[in-house]
Amino acid sequence: MPNRILILGAGTGGTLIANKLRRRYDAETEITVVDKDDRHVYQPDLLFVPFGLVAPNSICRPRSKQLRHGNEFRLGEVKRVETEKNTVHLKGGDTLPYDILIVASGAELLPEETEGLTGPGWGETAHTYYTVEGAASLRKAMESFEGGRLVVNIVDMPIKCPIAPLEFCFLSDWWLRKRGLRKKTEIVLATPLDGAFTKPVAAKMLGELLEKKNILVETEYAAGRVDGAARKLYSWDEREIPYDLLVSIPLHGGSPLVGSSDGLGDELGFVVVDPNTLQTKAAANVFAIGDATNVPTSKAGAVAHFEAETLVENVDRFLAGKELEKSFDGHANCFIETGFNKALLLDFNYDVEPLPGKFPFPVIGPMALLKQSRLNHLGKLAFRWLYWHLLLPGRPIPMISAQLKMAGKDTKLLRSEGGNE
Amino acid sequence: MTTVTLAGTPVEVDAEGFLEKPEQWTKEMGEEIARSVGIEKLTDRHWQVIDFMRKTYLDTGSAPSMRALGKTSGVAIRELYELFPKGPAKLAAKIGGIPKPRGCV
Repeated sequence: MPNRILILGAGTGGTLIANKLRRRYDAETEITVVDKDDRHVYQPDLLFVPFGLVAPNSICRPRSKQLRHGNEFRLGEVKRVETEKNTVHLKGGDTLPYDILIVASGAELLPEETEGLTGPGWGETAHTYYTVEGAASLRKAMESFEGGRLVVNIVDMPIKCPIAPLEFCFLSDWWLRKRGLRKKTEIVLATPLDGAFTKPVAAKMLGELLEKKNILVETEYAAGRVDGAARKLYSWDEREIPYDLLVSIPLHGGSPLVGSSDGLGDELGFVVVDPNTLQTKAAANVFAIGDATNVPTSKAGAVAHFEAETLVENVDRFLAGKELEKSFDGHANCFIETGFNKALLLDFNYDVEPLPGKFPFPVIGPMALLKQSRLNHLGKLAFRWLYWHLLLPGRPIPMISAQLKMAGKDTKLLRSEGGNE
Repeated sequence: MTTVTLAGTPVEVDAEGFLEKPEQWTKEMGEEIARSVGIEKLTDRHWQVIDFMRKTYLDTGSAPSMRALGKTSGVAIRELYELFPKGPAKLAAKIGGIPKPRGCV
């Protein structure tokens, strides 16, 4: 009897795991991927849309076209998963049975959960660039911006690509300088964190970079509501931040399908999994990948890519009745665009915070970790091509291993204790 | 790591005064920590939040974020800020003798 693998979501995680599994198994194994629409967005490029560096339509491609031959794409909205019956219920009444289920339903934006955010001024003086439409409307607002207060606010963690709001600040600084508006503009980053980033060494370096670029940081700022008519942002402890242009990174939650499925999610709707095997706590034959999970590392495509290595192995082991491999280490790896055609590179996992050094090889690099360089910027741009042609199709990416490597990292800056979380 | 005396007992705390060993904690210590952060009297509503934080930490190994607290503790965020004006999750964790909650990366 054929094995039926069902994957919920054809984003980065769902697509690449489907393609990796397709490469491993013959036609005896059925692989079906369900999504509610057929638009795959290359999300790293959303950051560049407001600055006119990429066109919104150039970052989208059909989801169905990214799947390997032999994988079935099914359009449909998932209502809930019934793990006791190995069945997924679709809106409209159809059901899909499975032997193995992989939840790859990502994270959703919840701007309406912040009082007033989607009220007066939303799409005019308050925007988010975390969606294609939002990034396009912010593009128009940036074009007509004449100076004043540009406020970037992370409402609360977790968010997708936690470094992106900093990149937005850096790029704004560069873009405003280019247009002769920087002297007339205050850039403010209001963050719920107690520094620029959650990990100490990177937080210090990024904090210094923000200061150097004259970007003001309001820390431990828990945004409670927005008064769109008066253009003011308020925290729960009533700290007021006036703005002329608000760039909000709204609250994130898991897909509603997770919340509607008994025992699958946590209180924010993210799938509760073992952080090393990616098996759900709800059922042994249900796994999750990417932004949909509750694992304590960044919600980012690179993480989904590293998780896929573990997941392919564990699907195989599960089918063979073997013990699962505890190999995912929380590895995340991201380029941080800092403006003026330069970028930084971070590489970290559950236990090791981002450190300076060279990547992927010691001494020769060629990439520099935690340091601005032109090559890192080119790396970020090259990643566009790698994404569509190597990462999504499930091909190996040369020289980058799924587990974090300590070679090339400078550990001098680690505090003797408590430096890592 | 430093050692301080709380409610007559020496305990180990981190640089910000969070207990290193949650098992050393007592309610009396909680009351003393509360006074040191400017909360004179802990009410039943305070304890509802503190007990919830502590239980979640001891059960799952991580303390809930403020947002999770607002959704699951039975106390809404607005009231959480009235009870713990300088940051509910952080203060409730400190008073409850568990490590400082970390924002996920």
